[in-house]
Amino acid sequence: MINSENAVLEARDVTIRYGGHAAVKNVNLSIYEKKITAIIGPSGCGKSTLLRSLNRMNDFIDHVTQDGEILYRDTNLYDEGVDPVEVRLHMGMVFQRPNPFPKSIFRNVAWGPTINGLPGDINLRVERALKQAALWEEVKDRLDDSALNLSGGQQQRLCIARALAMEPEVILMDEPCSALDPVSTARIEDLLFELKQNYTIVIVTHNMQQASRVSDYTAFMESGTLIEYGDTDQVFTRPKQKRTEDYVTGRFG
Amino acid sequence: MKISPSTNGDSLGHRSASLRRRHVVASLFKALCIGFTLFAVSVLGLLIAQVGADGLPWLDAQFLNNFPSRFPEKAGVKSALYGTLWVVSLTALIALPMGVLAAIYLEDYAPASRLTRVIEINIANLAGVPSIVYGILGLAIFVRFFGLERSVLAGAMTMSLLILPVIIISSKEAIRAVPSSIRLAAYAVGATQWQVVRSHVLPAAIPGILTGVILALSRAIGETAPLIMIGALTYVAFTPEGPMDEFTALPIQIFNWASRPQAEFHELAAAGIIVLLAVLLTMNALAVLIRYKGTQK
Ligand SMILES: Nc1ncnc2c1ncn2[C@@H]1O[C@H](COP(=O)(O)OP(=O)(O)OP(=O)(O)O)[C@@H](O)[C@H]1O
Ligand SMILES: [Mg+2]
Repeated sequence: MINSENAVLEARDVTIRYGGHAAVKNVNLSIYEKKITAIIGPSGCGKSTLLRSLNRMNDFIDHVTQDGEILYRDTNLYDEGVDPVEVRLHMGMVFQRPNPFPKSIFRNVAWGPTINGLPGDINLRVERALKQAALWEEVKDRLDDSALNLSGGQQQRLCIARALAMEPEVILMDEPCSALDPVSTARIEDLLFELKQNYTIVIVTHNMQQASRVSDYTAFMESGTLIEYGDTDQVFTRPKQKRTEDYVTGRFG
Repeated sequence: MKISPSTNGDSLGHRSASLRRRHVVASLFKALCIGFTLFAVSVLGLLIAQVGADGLPWLDAQFLNNFPSRFPEKAGVKSALYGTLWVVSLTALIALPMGVLAAIYLEDYAPASRLTRVIEINIANLAGVPSIVYGILGLAIFVRFFGLERSVLAGAMTMSLLILPVIIISSKEAIRAVPSSIRLAAYAVGATQWQVVRSHVLPAAIPGILTGVILALSRAIGETAPLIMIGALTYVAFTPEGPMDEFTALPIQIFNWASRPQAEFHELAAAGIIVLLAVLLTMNALAVLIRYKGTQK
């Protein structure tokens, strides 16, 4: 259905368990380069769990076990010799709730590149990231203010800028707009289109319109299983599975 | 099931008997709370007034600068005050880094294993062990086994044992209060654990940690039993020059004066209590200041 040549990430038979409870079951999924992949599905179906497995953020949750492989350009992220810190340099993440550091706006964006010794002028890097995240105009005169004084929507864009400043290859977003008003949401969606030129994006969303508007591919999950995966157009207009159709047309549950 | 409003459109002003009863109970409870608070505060006020009346006349530069003496008019707290300051400073130097590092380990590094749980529960229990027990331990280990004699160092190490559990527990709480979302955000930009702890966890937790440390040290200042146990002297006519010197401390000096028959010495004891309270209040003020500065940022 999808050409598999330029897959950046590939989940193979991935099963993730919390204790004994399997939250993700036998998922096979390819993430394509410079495309936006949306993951949709009812609450608790395992979207966040699957997303976190792509940059090893599940490592921080106790009692998580994972089977299968996640290949990143032919390397399994979970191989013995792979350093999870390095994995996260390639795979940036934006969380569901804005979580800026309780520090200045500048420090929020600059901290990651600084501790990792990324090359180039840090001021330019911060400015570039803030511009990409469509926040620069609003904060350029108060970079030393606390990030906590920003509005929720601004904070979320700051978190996006923080991820962008690292220039990762893939950006993982877990419902980045769930705490935002329609205006901020629209701005972030615009931003996604721009980012697509240079980045590969995986976005979890509960918003069907958003998924159909912004994504190239859509994965539909239900109780841990990947039910359907394909072109967004196809998934939303000609779903192959009855359950997908019920969900995307709102007849679910 | 049909859902309908329970008041069914009645107008206001028809308070039911049950609601009236609940208001009465609420007022009674409030009166009870106020009563007991007033009682506690007035007992405290009375104590302070009594101590002030007895001790204030004796409180002057001479009292602070003289060593103890058989003659009340010549007696002072110099050696006891210095001894207390020595012990508290050394205790802080020993217990602060140990306690904070242990708390960081338990909160951020230790695996969530049964062993960790057992250790945490035991630390909590240690906080409730009577101080005299620490005195016995200090006597056996520091004074006898390590041969530190009745030195400031032996006293400080014993005090450190006594307050370590309190410091660990309050530091753990302060560290746990740092939202995990911040830690995760830091990891997500490629930080190592040490970078997360150093740049995000510690800075956010430090006000809470310091407040806990100072409160623990305040407890150490008032402790007498463990110091008597390890053999701190009751009559000292010199100030400690180093950690290996012998010493006395304020509560010991106060106890010593209070147990003499002459009334003048009882008044001296009151003056000593005022000095001890002043040291305590200074440290508590410091804790408040640190917390205030920490929350301002
Ligand atoms: N830390 C955890 N410990 C134990 N179980 C968890 C944990 N996190 C998630 N789960 C369980 O795993 C399943 C999948 O959770 P997950 O957060 O991945 O769902 P989700 O699809 O992201 O849901 P939502 O749309 O509500 O965010 C759920 O049944 C959830 O209860
Ligand atoms: Mg989720």
